[in-house]
Amino acid sequence: MAHSYTPGLTVTERTTVRRRRILPLPGTVLVEVGAPVHADTAVARAELPGKVVPLNLANQLGIAPDEINDYLVKKEKDSVQKDDVLAENKPFIKWFKTEIRSPITGKVESVSTITGQILLREPPRILELLGYIDGSIVEVHPEQGVTVETSCSLVQGIFGIGGETSGELVMGVTAPDQPLTPEQLTPAMKGKIVIGGAFLSAATMTRAKELGIVGLVVGGIHDKDLRALLGYDLGVAITGSEQVGFTLILTEGFGTIPMAPKTFALLSSRAGRKASISGATQIRAGVIRPEIIIPQAALAGDAKAPRIEREGIQLGDPVRIIRDPLFGKIGAVSGLPSELRAIPTESEVRVLEVRFPDGTTTVVPRANIEVIEGA
Amino acid sequence: MTEQPHAPATPATALPLNVIVATDCGSTTTKAILIEKVGDEYRQTYRGEAPTTVEAPFEDVTRGVLNAIAEIEELSGRTILEGDRIITPNQAAQGVPKRGVDIYVSTSSAGGGLQMMVTGVVQNMTGESAQRAALGAGAIVIDVLASNDGRLPYEKIERIRTMRPDMILMSGGTDGGAVTHVMEMAEYIGAADPRPRFGSTYRLPLVYAGNTDARPQIKTILGEKTALDFADNIRPVLERENLAPARNKIHDLFLEHVMQQAPGYKKLIEMAGAPIMPTPAAVGVIMETIAKREHINLIGVDIGGATTDVFSVFNGLFNRTVSANLGMSYSISNVLAEAGLDNIMRWVPFTIDEQTLRNRIKNKMVRPTTIPQSLDELQIEHAIAREALRLALIHHKSLATGLKGIQQERTISDVFEQRTSGKTLIDLLTLDLIVGSGGILSHAPRRIQSMLMMVDAYEPLGVTTLSVDSIFMMPHLGVLSTVNEQAATDVFVRDCMVYLGTCIAPIGQGKDGERCADYEIALPDGRMEKGMLAFGELKLFALTREQQATVTMQPVKQVDLGSGPGQSFTKTVQGGVVGLMLDGRGRPLQLPGEQTARVAMLNRWYQAVGLYPAGS
Repeated sequence: MAHSYTPGLTVTERTTVRRRRILPLPGTVLVEVGAPVHADTAVARAELPGKVVPLNLANQLGIAPDEINDYLVKKEKDSVQKDDVLAENKPFIKWFKTEIRSPITGKVESVSTITGQILLREPPRILELLGYIDGSIVEVHPEQGVTVETSCSLVQGIFGIGGETSGELVMGVTAPDQPLTPEQLTPAMKGKIVIGGAFLSAATMTRAKELGIVGLVVGGIHDKDLRALLGYDLGVAITGSEQVGFTLILTEGFGTIPMAPKTFALLSSRAGRKASISGATQIRAGVIRPEIIIPQAALAGDAKAPRIEREGIQLGDPVRIIRDPLFGKIGAVSGLPSELRAIPTESEVRVLEVRFPDGTTTVVPRANIEVIEGA
Repeated sequence: MTEQPHAPATPATALPLNVIVATDCGSTTTKAILIEKVGDEYRQTYRGEAPTTVEAPFEDVTRGVLNAIAEIEELSGRTILEGDRIITPNQAAQGVPKRGVDIYVSTSSAGGGLQMMVTGVVQNMTGESAQRAALGAGAIVIDVLASNDGRLPYEKIERIRTMRPDMILMSGGTDGGAVTHVMEMAEYIGAADPRPRFGSTYRLPLVYAGNTDARPQIKTILGEKTALDFADNIRPVLERENLAPARNKIHDLFLEHVMQQAPGYKKLIEMAGAPIMPTPAAVGVIMETIAKREHINLIGVDIGGATTDVFSVFNGLFNRTVSANLGMSYSISNVLAEAGLDNIMRWVPFTIDEQTLRNRIKNKMVRPTTIPQSLDELQIEHAIAREALRLALIHHKSLATGLKGIQQERTISDVFEQRTSGKTLIDLLTLDLIVGSGGILSHAPRRIQSMLMMVDAYEPLGVTTLSVDSIFMMPHLGVLSTVNEQAATDVFVRDCMVYLGTCIAPIGQGKDGERCADYEIALPDGRMEKGMLAFGELKLFALTREQQATVTMQPVKQVDLGSGPGQSFTKTVQGGVVGLMLDGRGRPLQLPGEQTARVAMLNRWYQAVGLYPAGS
C-alpha cells in the first residue's frame, strides 16, 4: 500500500487559487477577462425560473380535458395578474357561472388538453453571482460564469457549515490551545471573522450570532453543540447551505483539539487582513473542504509555482494523526517499515512511525495520518 | 421480478484468458485483483488497493486504478503497466511470462454511484416497480414521485427541480390504459426542467417505461428538454412486472451519458476490455448465480463506506435495495442519526460517554479512510455495523415484496386468512444462506466477528448458513462473469466465498438461564455432544466446511425451531471457518436495558465465542 495515505489539508502562506464561479443555469456574465473584482462584486446574473403552479381546469369546471380551450380566457404565454380570470363557463343562468381565477401573478406556461391542466409560472427571480474573492477574472465561460484568480494565503479546514462570506480576520485567542469563550467576543468583531483556538462552546456560538460575527474558525467543537446549532443530527457531510447566522470552519475535527500551530501562526500573521471563507464541505463524490482565502499582492512567480505531485509519504514529512487514541497530535514521519504489522485490533496493516516535537515516537496505521500539505 | 443480467456488449467467452486484472472503484478505495490460470483452474493470486481518485486534487478515477494495479505489480513481480497503459495481451507466448494481462475489467461506484429519480402513477404499484427496476440496475434512488405520493403538484415540481439526478426513470399506466396521470407527471418534469448532477451542458437522460400509448405525447413534452429514450412498459398489465428492458436501458445510458461526465471515466472505459458495470449490479449477478446454482434462498449484503446494498433471492425472485446513507465511513454519522445512540450503545461491551462517542463518529465521517487502531474503536465500529445492517434489512424487507394492488383468487379455505397483496418476500425461517461483503465484514480481524455481526443484525431463525466474501472481490467476479463464466466461478468457489458456519437459533423467549432446548450433536469423528442450551446462551462448536454434523434439538414447549412449538428437530449441517453456533438468546433478541447488566451480558456472549482478544 505504498500509495495508501490520506492527502492532507493545505495550509500555505503563498499560493495562487482559482475559483470557478458558475451559475446554476445559463445567464449573463457581467465582467470581462482581466477585470479586477472584489468578494462582493456581481460577476454574473441569471434569471431563476419562477415557481410553477398547476391548476386542473377541467376538474374545476367539470368538463372533459379536450374541451378546455373553449373555456379559456387567458391563452398560453399570456401574462396574468393575481385574481385574473383564467377560464370560465358560460351557463344560461348567470348564477351557475364558474370563474377560475389565477392564484399568482405571472404567465400561462402551458395548457394541456390531455390532462386538462394549466401551468402558471411566477416571474423569474434574479440571481446575482458574486466574485467571492478579491482578485481578477482570468476566464469567462460564456453564459455560465467566470474563473477568478488571486494570489493568497490558503488554509483548508476539515469541516464547516454555512456558505461563502468575507470579512476582516481578527484573533479571539492568543494561543492555539486556548478555547474561544463568549467573553473574548466583543461588539467590535461585528462583520468580522474570528479565529479561535482549541474549542468553541455552544455559548460562544450564541454570543457570536448576537454580535453579528460573520465567521468563526476553530480547532474543534462537540458534535452535540453542532446538533444544537443546526437543530438536527447531521448524517452526511454535505454542507454549505446552512443558515445559522455565521460560517463555521473546523481546522482539526470534533472534540477539544488545539489548532495546528502552523495554521494558527499563519492566521495570526494575517490578522487585520480581509479574508474570504466558505464552510461548504462535501466529503463524498468530489471532495470539497472549507477554506479561508486571504488575498495578498502577487509576487513574481506565484502563478507559475507548479503543483507538487506527491508520490507517497517521505521520511520527515509533517503529519497529523487523525484517529484516536492520539487524535490531533502532530509530528514528523520517522520510520516507514514496509512489512505489515499487527495492531491492537489484531489487523495486520501498513504502519509508520511518528516522532513528536518532545522526542517521543509512536507507531500508527498509515491510514490514520494525514500529511500536512503546503509545508 | 427476476431477470437475467444485461448481456455484455462483447461476449468474450471465446477469448483465451490466462491473466486477468480486475478493479472495483469504490467510493473510498479502488481494489484491484489479479487472477491467473493455474493448471486448469483460475485462482485469485494478488491484490492491491489505493485511495479512489475521483475527487480533487486528482479528479481522475484512473489514477487510483493505476496505483492499485501498481501495487499488484510490486507484489507479484509481473509488469502490467507501461506508463498509463495496461499491457495487453499477456506476453507469455512471446517468451515473456511475467508481462501483461489478457484483459482488464472494472466495476465502479465511485463519485456517488448512479443516482436516479423515478416516477410512477400509483406509489405502491408503478412507483415501486420503477424503484425496483432502478435498484436492480445498480442505482441509488434519490426520490420516488407518484401522482398519489401526498405532495402537492408545486411541491413535486420544486423537488424535481432541486434534485440533480444522473437519470430519471418514468413509469405509469398499463399498456392501453389511461394516459392522463402519466402525462401529468411528464408535464411536471417538463416544467421543472431538471438538470443533471455532473455538467450543465448535456441533457439529462430520461427513460420512459410506462404506458406505450403515451409515447408520442411524452416525446412532445420531454423530447426537447431531456435525452429521452423509451423502454418497454415495466408494468404492461397490473399482474406482471417486466423490469429487464428498463434495466438494460439504464445500463446503456449509464455508460453512454453518466459515466462520460464523471472525472476520468472516458479513459477508464477505453482501458477496460468489457463494459464498466455499476458495482451493485455486478454483486447482484453473483448473488443470483449462487442462489440459482445451489437452489437456495439467500440474503446478500454489501456494506460499504457510503451505502449498504442488500440482495435477496427467495423462491427464485431476485431483489436488490440500496440504503443510500447507511455506511461505515462517509455515512457513518447517518447510521447514528437513524438508529439512535441507544441502539448503537446496546452492542458496545463497555461504557463510554455520549459526547466522546458522538465526536468519534463525526471524526470518522470527516476522515473516512481511517481505520480503528485500538480494540475499543473496533468494537464501536462493529456496533455501528450491526445497526447499519439491521436498518438496511428493514428497508429491503419493505421493498422486496410481492406485487401490490393486484387481484387475488380466494377459495373458501382462505376465508379465515385474509392475506393482503404486497407481503414481504423475506422469510427468515426459509432463509438458507447469508452472504456478507464489504470492508467491515471481509476485513474483520476474526471471522467470528463477521458472523456475529450478521447474526445480531439479522436475527436469523432456525438453521442458517453464513459466509463472507474473503477479501471483497464479488464485484470483480460479477463483471468478470459477463466475460468468462468459468474464471469467475473458479475464483468464486476457491478464493472468494468463505463459509463461516451454521447458526441454529430457536424462536421464542424465556428467562436468562432457563432451559431453551436440549441438543445432541453427532460430530464427524463419532463423538456425541449433548447438553442443554439455556436462554441467553451462545455456544460454539468447531466444525469445518468439509465436515458435517447431525444436530437433534428438543425445544421446550413455547420454543419453535421451524417445525412448531415444542417440536423436536433433526438436521445435518455443515461447518465453516467459525463452526456451528447454537444461539439461545431468543428471538426476537432482547438485551437488558440497564447498562451494567447489558455490558455484563455482552461480555459473556463475546467471551463464549472468542469474539475479541482475551483480556479486552
